[in-house]
Amino acid sequence: MKIEVLGTGCAKCKTLYDAVQSAVKEKGSEAEVVKVEEISKIMKYGVMSTPALVIDGKVIFSGKTATSAEIQRLL
Amino acid sequence: MLKQFADYLVFTLFSLQPSSRSGEALDFFIYDTLKIFLLLTVIIFVVAIIRSSFPPERTKRLLSHKREYVGNILAALLGIVTPFCSCSAVPLFIGFVESGVPLGVTFSFLISSPMVNEVALIMLWGLFGWKLALIYIGTGLLVAIVAGIVIGKLKMERYVQDYVWEMQVGNCEITVMTFREKLDYAREYTLGLLQKIWPYVVVGVGLGAFIHGYVPADFLVKWAGRDNPFAVPVAVALGVPLYSNAAGVIPIVQALMEKGMAIGTVLAFMMAVTALSLPEAIILKNVLKTRLLATFFGIVATAIVIVGYLFNAIL
Repeated sequence: MKIEVLGTGCAKCKTLYDAVQSAVKEKGSEAEVVKVEEISKIMKYGVMSTPALVIDGKVIFSGKTATSAEIQRLL
Repeated sequence: MLKQFADYLVFTLFSLQPSSRSGEALDFFIYDTLKIFLLLTVIIFVVAIIRSSFPPERTKRLLSHKREYVGNILAALLGIVTPFCSCSAVPLFIGFVESGVPLGVTFSFLISSPMVNEVALIMLWGLFGWKLALIYIGTGLLVAIVAGIVIGKLKMERYVQDYVWEMQVGNCEITVMTFREKLDYAREYTLGLLQKIWPYVVVGVGLGAFIHGYVPADFLVKWAGRDNPFAVPVAVALGVPLYSNAAGVIPIVQALMEKGMAIGTVLAFMMAVTALSLPEAIILKNVLKTRLLATFFGIVATAIVIVGYLFNAIL
């Protein structure tokens, strides 16, 4: 499983990235977590508001953050 | 009811004299702070629920290939309900122009979205009354529509950074939230926003209360009254670096108006605070060449100054 956090570096993007990392850790998942900051890669997903969460190439949500518990349910 | 509570707290519990300056200022501070936070919590929550139904991806589809005028009006209106944060300005801009939203229409959205925002409106409504809040919405939309049309007419597409036109934009499905998710989103949004702005509100209302109680009436008539032709442009210039602090600036402005600042000057100042910001300019520099960026700032600033003079003349 590959989890991507899309964001150009705003405070909320960091919040989401941290939440994803702690979710993966708590669940003991093997998922790979990547932070995507290049605008060209973000645009490829068609995302217009950051942060956004992408799991295995599919946009799960954009323009908001989530708690670690919410993310664990998606894993 | 809030007024009674503030009166009770200040005059009975703290036993200050209602006629004293400190009593009046403290009463004003407590009443205004309570009122503003109540309004902020309720309205931001409602606005967040409405906004969760208008993701920018949907707005983009509604505006794609719209002609000027109709497109500009629609864009300015959608700017009110589409959630926007200047940190997302770059993906938003690229997403818009790549999907065929005309440049002028995109600018109408970019101007209206930060300017006609719920925090500014709540503060204006709570401190100045609904009439001024409505005037602010109306003139804000007009500035966004007119400035967008002008930028569209100038045909400045070549002053968009070249890479923007070559960008590959994917199509992401519009995620539809369930009602439960909308409530969660709204709660998180409201708490996040309140956390960010509460110190500004408290400091702003505090300074406002101080001015209210201690600065003599008519103090500002000479400098910021309607007869000083430089007041409006100076107010606009001062508003630019105060970006995103509408919550803190409005209570101070309200107190300044009591002391003689003219209404048009107040409006122009408010609009400059919300619509023109240096951080946003720096972010937009990533997608706009200097000439277009300067044109955008110049046109919006001019439109705001005109609004200021207009209201100083008619009200």
